[in-house]
Amino acid sequence: MSLRILFSTTALILRQLRHDRRTIAIMMGVPIILLTLLHYILEDNELLFDGISLLMLGIFPFTIMFLVTSIAMLRERTSGTLERLFTTPVGKLDLLFGYGFAFGMAAAAQASLVTAIAYWFLDLDTLGSPALVVMIAVINALLGVALGLFFSAFARTEFQAVQFLPLVVFPQFLLCGLFVPREQMASWLNTISDFLPLTYAVEALQEVGMHADPTATMWHDIWILVGVILAALILGAVTLRRRTP
Amino acid sequence: MERSVERPIERSIEIKDLVVERGGKEVLHGITTYVEKGTVTGLLGPSGSGKTTLLRSIVGVQIVKSGSVVVCGLPAGAKELRYKVGYVTQTPSVYADLTVRENVCYFASLYGLGTAAADETIRRVGLAGEANQMVATLSGGQRSRASLACALVCRPEILILDEPTVGQDPVLRDELWGHFHDLAAQGATLLISSHVMDEANRCDRLILIREGVIIADGTPAEIKATTGTADLDQAFLKLIRSRMEVG
Repeated sequence: MSLRILFSTTALILRQLRHDRRTIAIMMGVPIILLTLLHYILEDNELLFDGISLLMLGIFPFTIMFLVTSIAMLRERTSGTLERLFTTPVGKLDLLFGYGFAFGMAAAAQASLVTAIAYWFLDLDTLGSPALVVMIAVINALLGVALGLFFSAFARTEFQAVQFLPLVVFPQFLLCGLFVPREQMASWLNTISDFLPLTYAVEALQEVGMHADPTATMWHDIWILVGVILAALILGAVTLRRRTP
Repeated sequence: MERSVERPIERSIEIKDLVVERGGKEVLHGITTYVEKGTVTGLLGPSGSGKTTLLRSIVGVQIVKSGSVVVCGLPAGAKELRYKVGYVTQTPSVYADLTVRENVCYFASLYGLGTAAADETIRRVGLAGEANQMVATLSGGQRSRASLACALVCRPEILILDEPTVGQDPVLRDELWGHFHDLAAQGATLLISSHVMDEANRCDRLILIREGVIIADGTPAEIKATTGTADLDQAFLKLIRSRMEVG
């Protein structure tokens, strides 16, 4: 791994993104539109809006980054650029962390913007600090990036890669406690949700919503998420092969 | 075709009994050949003959079944070789959503080179006027020259080019071949695949491959002489026919 190559790879991916204005607009605009819709749907129930929109601030970056990263990585594989990069001094980790940093920065911009709008214009209210919300949102985005990089290895085409979204993301939506609190689920469902990373993201955000100061549970959740991100990146590196059949 | 006898032939690439399987089928059946340092060697053969697989084995991205590929004294794919070997794939592998200059600058940065090296290389492949154009908007020929520039920018000792002149206009093709010979004169070793026989005449040495087997190698003049033909197309045909009679 080389810092110089890592940074120029990060810059490369950010440049690609910068040329793609439409993707930037969708990335930044869609969460705002959805959150605004939610605001008006739950106009009469402020408490419910606070609870759901707070979780959405974590779920949007996770979902969007998962999708963007898995397609971007698949494009590297199918366009031949990945094979070519493997004949150059680029290391697997340069590439994976390059993607992680670049999309992580995009996610930080997205999370800051959406969170700011949620607090200022949509009257989101939490006991904890909005800065913690942004931090957890960025960690969720990185989780999306890491899982996207890993799962892209199992798709041959972009068509297949898109199908991984319902497979990887939707079960986590259903079981993370967004629809039904986890304590009320059947014990086997509860057990499954223990193994799904989004569960910890949601719990961490709920902690910020209900406590003025960061809690031990929140930090515990964050460390689990960081562990999953690193594990997914390492597994992603294993799926990248210099030599192919 | 005179060569100073005292200088020993230095082999940049040495291949022994290379067998490669792809998709459960053997596509290279025990290839043994070499590429001499500082020359332009042509790898000629029809589509599907195993040219790309052989080139992939040399740059070290192909899983091989048996045999050995040694490049600059190191096994193909060795870490040190990633600074010495430039590879241009058949379909241009550049980022379509970036400009020519951004692409070449990225590949330059991988070797610690700056924008000056990138601009110089873009000029050499004749894309100075398109430097700030998005690759997606280039013609096929321009795109493959952009891909070539990304490999040339680090001034590699070994250049592996998979059909680099397909779709180029004749004047540019001539310039590119001139450029390849300049690089060889400066000490670089080039292995260029092609299925166009008129390009073969511009190579120092030819390796003819068909269905995963080498059917001839030598200078264009030698191949024409041994087959008793005046052009390489005829020579290739004669070589195939004579093999079919034997087999």
